[in-house]
Amino acid sequence: MIRLERIHLLSRADKLQPLRHFVRELASQQGCCEENLDSMVMAINEACMNVMQHAYGGREDGEIIVEFWKDDGELLVRIYDFAEKVDLKGIKSRDLNEVRPGGLGVHIIHQVMDSVEYKNQTDSVGNVLEMRKQLSMPVKCNSGTSENNKAKN
Amino acid sequence: MKYPVTQHLNYAVLQLTGEVDLSESPNARKQILNHIKNKSNLLVDLSLVEYIDSSGVASLVEGFQTARAEQLEFALVGVSSSAMQVLQLARLDSVFTIYDSLDDVKE
Repeated sequence: MIRLERIHLLSRADKLQPLRHFVRELASQQGCCEENLDSMVMAINEACMNVMQHAYGGREDGEIIVEFWKDDGELLVRIYDFAEKVDLKGIKSRDLNEVRPGGLGVHIIHQVMDSVEYKNQTDSVGNVLEMRKQLSMPVKCNSGTSENNKAKN
Repeated sequence: MKYPVTQHLNYAVLQLTGEVDLSESPNARKQILNHIKNKSNLLVDLSLVEYIDSSGVASLVEGFQTARAEQLEFALVGVSSSAMQVLQLARLDSVFTIYDSLDDVKE
């Protein structure tokens, strides 16, 4: 397993846009297909937003560390915060039949990533979210193109 | 940022643009709710939205619910592919009234 990058950011909303651009560039450099790239950008944005809103409760001076690892054909992302430990049982997707604002982030993360695991850090404070996604799934990512080509032929 | 507003039939059309994320969604939410507070039927044009996250989607849901409570019309128009991806993931594409373009909106 190779560590690709480790970045630090403050728990401020204006840090999300540069983070998304960074993720897009890094994943693209690692040969990630467009569809999975969108998924990774979305999941990492939602995860960091959850840290900002829920773990740090809107505090803007919290520290977030995002690590990117390459593990065979997968991108492994670990997001560390140093807020109070959260109750891991309390982190769950909400019922989508109930139409209301908020609470969609966890659902989106689970939908777009291949695996998602929340952990408490071993120290007295802090939490870690570990997510994995295949960098490239040629069949899935190119399926639309293949079908289009078939239709044209 | 103040989003452009035009009028189409009996709707105000609010054109959201760019990246509607946690830093921008409070502003989007405020402008959406202001129109509803002013008793205006509202179309939110998402054709120029390059990215929207769950906080932006929450602003749309709140607008939708507030409009419904006020017996006003609320719909989305020209939803960009990236915005549609998020709406589909949240299974909201079947909750909102969505028009491809303003030409499809009837009084």
